[in-house]
Amino acid sequence: MSSSSNVAESWISSFCGLLGHEYFAEVSEDFIEDDFNLTGLQSQVPMYKEALEMILDVEPEEDDDEEDEEEEDDDDDEVLGDEKPTGYRRAGDRRHLRMASDLSVIESSAELLYGLIHQRYITSRPGIQQMAEKYELQHFGTCPRVFCNSCKVLPVGCNDTPGQETVKLFCPCCLDVYTPPNSRFQAVDGAFFGTTFGCLFFMTFPELEIGAPRASSSGAADALLAIQSATAESKSRSSSATNSTVMPTVQPALINGTAPHNLAPGLGPGNIYEPRIYGFRVSERAKSGPRMKWLRMRPVDLTELDETRRYWEERGGDEESGPVKREQDEDANMMDAVVDGRMAVDRRKKLIGRRLRTNGSGGIGAVGSGNGNGNGGGSPMDTNGVPGVG
Amino acid sequence: MDDFNSETDSDYTSYWRDWFISSRGNEYFCEIDEEYLTDRFNLTGLNTEVQYYQYALDLVTDVFDLDCDDEMREQIEKSARHLYGLVHARYIVTTRGLAKMLEKFKKADFGKCPRVMCDAQPLLPMGQSDVANTSPVKLYCAKCEDLYNPKSSRHSTIDGAYFGTSFHNILFQVYPAMLPPKTQKRYEPRVFGFRVHAAAALNRWQAEQREQMKERLRQARIETGFEEEDEELESEEEMEDDIEVGEDGFEIGATAPQ
Ligand SMILES: [Zn+2]
Ligand SMILES: [Zn+2]
Repeated sequence: MSSSSNVAESWISSFCGLLGHEYFAEVSEDFIEDDFNLTGLQSQVPMYKEALEMILDVEPEEDDDEEDEEEEDDDDDEVLGDEKPTGYRRAGDRRHLRMASDLSVIESSAELLYGLIHQRYITSRPGIQQMAEKYELQHFGTCPRVFCNSCKVLPVGCNDTPGQETVKLFCPCCLDVYTPPNSRFQAVDGAFFGTTFGCLFFMTFPELEIGAPRASSSGAADALLAIQSATAESKSRSSSATNSTVMPTVQPALINGTAPHNLAPGLGPGNIYEPRIYGFRVSERAKSGPRMKWLRMRPVDLTELDETRRYWEERGGDEESGPVKREQDEDANMMDAVVDGRMAVDRRKKLIGRRLRTNGSGGIGAVGSGNGNGNGGGSPMDTNGVPGVG
Repeated sequence: MDDFNSETDSDYTSYWRDWFISSRGNEYFCEIDEEYLTDRFNLTGLNTEVQYYQYALDLVTDVFDLDCDDEMREQIEKSARHLYGLVHARYIVTTRGLAKMLEKFKKADFGKCPRVMCDAQPLLPMGQSDVANTSPVKLYCAKCEDLYNPKSSRHSTIDGAYFGTSFHNILFQVYPAMLPPKTQKRYEPRVFGFRVHAAAALNRWQAEQREQMKERLRQARIETGFEEEDEELESEEEMEDDIEVGEDGFEIGATAPQ
């Protein structure tokens, strides 16, 4: 799909060409042939070996039964994927004759296996690169939220275990997840994309300009004006592809590893719906009044997020300070807890995390240290009013 | 012209309006009552907004009998649709109009919220302006109180002024029982089970704003409208089952040691 260099009739490209499979990247055979990348999958997939052979187009015997479904492939045919399995070596028991009845089982196992490999692949360097190309081409669509201004979205899972939830779309502009607009994606397992990919993607490409941030300084003014300008902007946006980012004050270069203009640019003043009846705001105190503005809030001055951190760093382990203090303590305990490692799954994830880190493809260990958000007495939060709330 | 004076005639068939609301792309509109359309008071000021106003009105009320060429007919047809839309915006905030739109809302005729945490909450159409030709129709979700673009392009060209800025808010004032409980559940971006620090810091900041609002409401003795204490536990369960490390608040980007 994205690279256009792949073998026309391979199982992988025909799988990715199926209707509803538009979000998938084509996992490279190199990746699949590296046993390390498949660690632990054997126990999760029935008929694992056969499924793996199917994915790699390895014929179990020399009888060439057309095992792939090539109908919906429109492409030309240059078949060179037959002498592939050089890197793929396992115990010699993989030569099974495929019973016809087995084929459908193997096929669905192959799809499951491919999905699980895919979950790992798209967090690897080549995989995330491939997804970046698809992202740029807007293969995953745009955010349905009006104030996100058609920000490009990414497919994600809300669960890493297959069979739990279908694929969702993550919007970096509002940091929220949405159901894909087309129902054909409701047959795609979210675990095949996984919970990690979405954020890892934007940490890997911090220079990506996400969304179309609009001048958030206008938000201090009347929300109606903001809406009107938003409307005007969205109209003009169709004609002009570029837009300028206006930051209210001098912003730090990075907020905890994220460029300020890339931290949820679709949120904050001017991007929050203000309910009105005949031009009059509906009061928060009305029964039908607004209760969800917090979900779309964002401090105008992003140093606010950083200042609270610095505040707690300075005060160290201060007196009674509510839930935030608790969170901080837990942070301090982090290493212990990880060493305790209650679940093997966690350890594996951690390992993968480390591996990626050393590979340099993750870019996980971003800047900043400590966390916590002040909400105790005298915290910087108190001086910062809630923007946009009347 | 025969029916023009007998607007309350009950066996009257509304050909044009029937056709209009059953046309593909017009699913968001409800049918405006004959009585409403023929009461001149309800149309105050629209004669200057709509070209060929009288012809358009005749067409909408099925009394059009002008002999004209196709081009003229097309112009009048266009004006009739515009007129219908402008009257629609007024009609749907009347008692009968609200009731009709409520029925459509209950059937989810306007679609469902795409936000995962809103759990397929039915939407309502709305405009970001009451002035015609300003911006296309949007969809309002009462659960997250946000606006979304219609999924289908055939809806995204409808003028938002045909629904207006007030209708959806009025509907919930008139029918408060239709207000969905709000939810605090939210998506927490994670990488390998760890919360992402910048996003998590923002989440906490937002949660703080929310708690401040709840406190304001509590002090004013007003219901907060949130589904019963769905604090951490339930919402966490939604999002992950096996990742325990993450729950302890470790965050990527938050820790220095590597
Ligand atoms: Zn968004
Ligand atoms: Zn919603």
